[in-house]
Amino acid sequence: MLRSVLLASALGALTMGGALAQTAVKIGVLGDRSGVYSDISGEGSVVAARLAVEDFAKIDPSVKVEVVSADHQNKPDIGAAIARQWYDRDGVDAIMDGVTSSVALAINQVTREKNKVLIDSGAGTADLTGPQCTPNTVHWVYDTVALANGTGSAMVKRGGDTWFFLTADYVFGQTLQRDTAAVVTKNGGKVVGSVKTPFPTADFSSFLLQAQGSGAKVIGLANAGGDTINAIKQAGEFGITGGGQALAGLLVFSSEVHALGTKVAQGLVLTEPFYWDLNDGTRAFSERFSKQMNGRKPTANHAGVYAGTIHYLKAVAALKNEAKDGAKAVAKMKEIPTDDPLFGKGTIRADGRKIHDMYLFEVKKPAESKDAWDLYKTLATIPGNEVFRPLGEGGCPLVKG
Amino acid sequence: MTTIFGVPTQALFGQLLLGLINGSFYAILSLGLAIIFGLLNIINFAHGALYMMGAFVAWMLLTYLGLGYWWALGLAPLVVGVFGILLERLLIARLYKLDHLYGLLLTFGLALIIQGLFRNQYGVSGLPYAIPAELSGGQRLPFMFLPNYRAWVVVASLTVCLATWLVIEKTKLGAYLRAATENPTLVQAFGVNVPLFLTLTYGFGVALAGFAGVLAAPIYSVNPNMGADIIIVVFAVVVIGGMGSILGSVITGFGLGLVEGLTKVFYPEASATVIFVIMVLVLLVKPAGLFGRTA
Amino acid sequence: MADTAALDPAPIAAARPESRDDRALHRRVFLGIALALALAPLVLYPVFLMKVLCFALFALAFNLLLGYGGLLSFGHAAYFGMASYVSAYAAKTWGLTPELAILAGTLVAGLLGLVFGALAIRRQGIYFSMITLALAQMAFFFSLQAPFTGGEDGIQAVPRGNLFGLVGLADDRVLYAVVALIFFGGMLLIYRIIHSPFGQVLKAIRDNEPRAISLGYRVNRYKLAVFVLSATLAGLAGATKAIVFQLASLTDVHWSMSGEVVLMTLVGGMGTVFGPIVGALVIVTMETYLAQFGAWVTVIQGAVFVLCVLLFREGILGLLARRLGRPL
Repeated sequence: MLRSVLLASALGALTMGGALAQTAVKIGVLGDRSGVYSDISGEGSVVAARLAVEDFAKIDPSVKVEVVSADHQNKPDIGAAIARQWYDRDGVDAIMDGVTSSVALAINQVTREKNKVLIDSGAGTADLTGPQCTPNTVHWVYDTVALANGTGSAMVKRGGDTWFFLTADYVFGQTLQRDTAAVVTKNGGKVVGSVKTPFPTADFSSFLLQAQGSGAKVIGLANAGGDTINAIKQAGEFGITGGGQALAGLLVFSSEVHALGTKVAQGLVLTEPFYWDLNDGTRAFSERFSKQMNGRKPTANHAGVYAGTIHYLKAVAALKNEAKDGAKAVAKMKEIPTDDPLFGKGTIRADGRKIHDMYLFEVKKPAESKDAWDLYKTLATIPGNEVFRPLGEGGCPLVKG
Repeated sequence: MTTIFGVPTQALFGQLLLGLINGSFYAILSLGLAIIFGLLNIINFAHGALYMMGAFVAWMLLTYLGLGYWWALGLAPLVVGVFGILLERLLIARLYKLDHLYGLLLTFGLALIIQGLFRNQYGVSGLPYAIPAELSGGQRLPFMFLPNYRAWVVVASLTVCLATWLVIEKTKLGAYLRAATENPTLVQAFGVNVPLFLTLTYGFGVALAGFAGVLAAPIYSVNPNMGADIIIVVFAVVVIGGMGSILGSVITGFGLGLVEGLTKVFYPEASATVIFVIMVLVLLVKPAGLFGRTA
Repeated sequence: MADTAALDPAPIAAARPESRDDRALHRRVFLGIALALALAPLVLYPVFLMKVLCFALFALAFNLLLGYGGLLSFGHAAYFGMASYVSAYAAKTWGLTPELAILAGTLVAGLLGLVFGALAIRRQGIYFSMITLALAQMAFFFSLQAPFTGGEDGIQAVPRGNLFGLVGLADDRVLYAVVALIFFGGMLLIYRIIHSPFGQVLKAIRDNEPRAISLGYRVNRYKLAVFVLSATLAGLAGATKAIVFQLASLTDVHWSMSGEVVLMTLVGGMGTVFGPIVGALVIVTMETYLAQFGAWVTVIQGAVFVLCVLLFREGILGLLARRLGRPL
């Protein structure tokens, strides 16, 4: 009942929009609200989208925006089903967030089929702008290739030229190791060994001892989530970071570092495109965000939802009702340069990859940290054109030549 | 340096020791399962969730009441045990007359509820819990760096397992318990309050899980999912050992920890599945389990 | 203490033999289902319906083992999930037509059921459940590590293809018709199995295994046979689901999926012919509409489990059947 009313109003807006000079769009925030990624996605993404809508209304009130949200529970079939239903029945025009690679790839397909818009900020897979790229998808925040690139090259340049990998034994971990190893070797470093750890692993002690025994200067953690947390925690216990070896997290978010605490995580080196305390723009946003989120600071994914929504609405404002055609909206998004307080100025490439700078961070020592969210110091800024995979190498069919 | 299959013997010792530490968790958890099963004939699917709860209670004691690790070691199992007693009295006790599978289903449901509630409240990134000051640091053994805390885990769990075994095998209370396992009706006829026994046994069994949770809190991430995966491995441990004997479940727990430790050195890819493979082999050769009596 | 896995026998079915009236009733129910299948897409969203049908078939297959074989498998996700991987892989990489892809997935699930079943039936009761769970966990790790499954990403963008190379399935309504036919066929087959002499022996074993042995039945052969049948049909459901959603992922091999199918059967009524269909409908609807409540989904699922076990062991159709005094 409600649904049909909404649909009717959306259709109404579609037909009469020209006359009223007002465009109505509906944004769906599809994230993980209950599972392992709920801290980097979840309610925070909805808050970020709402803040973006609020801010955009100040710039251009002609676009009417409605935000809906749902939980894909990290299950691709549920994600795909919600996306289908949103596009088919509920009049959703664009989906934001899309954390978890498997779900993102599934939504990606549905979005192309229905010619809508997906602005994915949470997923790590570089396939979204590689073999599976579509004219309807923008990949905003990061991908695993960029993280590998960032951490790998920056660490070697800083003298960490021998590496040992703890690699989660599935495609994700192996890809992460492969990409990072390639960067390390390219920059003159050497990979002295690696061990495949089952996923998930609670006890890393055995693997850490092997890493310790290798004598490598850097221990690369080619894993994610709980595995990374356990590995970092136990590395501290076995005196690894104290013994002169550096830990490099290849996929770590600030929410996880916050959970670990600086006492345990100190000295960990990682790459992220966003940190709440980078500059005035990020601090102002984080302040507003954290008021609605029990004091939690936004993660890079939340920042991506905000910035992606703003940029999408800019394209909608430019296209008016033509923005209902997803491919056209995305083409417009690629045409206008991006500019927002969180990621600064940037562009979206032909393959859908959003380009911006990334940062190499080191986790502060407890003595340097003022409070529980004072986590990082910046080691290096890695320019966007160096950190992301070059346009021609991803195998995206949209890229000609 | 001498080597075995290309692995230095010294490193091997280190790995064996680590295996033993993991084995401690398997041993305590499978001991609790075995005790509960022995008397109640219920496979406690909620065991993993209660293990997780033990770790969380330790964290809560520290965060909300400022009580440290040593307090937690005593209080958390108590809290979990009392919680278990409530579960048994209010819910599980209603199923004794039914098929055992209903107990499995009920405790599975309970596990989902407990995990879901903790996930709602505390998120999934996990919470920090530091190693107590007295046990931080470590010993530089000739073959490895052994954190003091890990050594403590082995000692503590061995002590608890041994004490439990002694109580069950050597005391009068234990004798009642064993008798009640064999023939509850007869024991009741002798004037022993069997329902009370069942309740206390369940409480004690899950208190063991809570104890393991506190031991785990400083080394693993304290997070709502920590019990979900380990419980399946412990089930396999129980199938391998057979649930006939208390000592059997302890030995199997430690033994499989060692085997897993070795696998992590020689063929790490298989270390997640090695226990299941052993389970298959044991089923082919000795279906009742290593220490089990054939039904 | 009897260690056989005899659950409360379905109250009515055991009490009196099937009568001609019951057959007639069942025929009417089948007709009703066929009618509902034909009309539902006019009202409800076809993708949602297809999901319900896949899970209903999965639950029916599971119920064949639990309700009629008395064996509680806690690892049925293995057959469902592996079949969906094989069918997705066959359709995508080998370019097989959908019916062949589904067939391939189903066969693999059957084979897997043969191996796992042969191991699991060596123990009874609770041990049986734990063994199936552990074996399914192995299947999960295999799916995670094997290169062809795509690890965490799963197999994506599986083409729906053309049925027999002729009929395009891209249209949801056409695909729905195919899925509805598969479901209906699977359901009829299970009904036939339950009411065949083989099914009667199964029920006898479920109710009193020692007696069945003393009557000269080779109990283990029957158990293995019903295990393989159940795994195969669960595979059929999983393989179909892969084509519907155009993907196969770890979700379907995870132990929580095994728990979900137990829940569906329990809610609908184990040991009833049609109960699992109702259970699947209830649970899938619940999951779809509770999706916005986030983590409460697992809590609610757990609560439903607990309530069912404590108060409502017969399930919805079990209760209805008792009211009617007829087996359903």
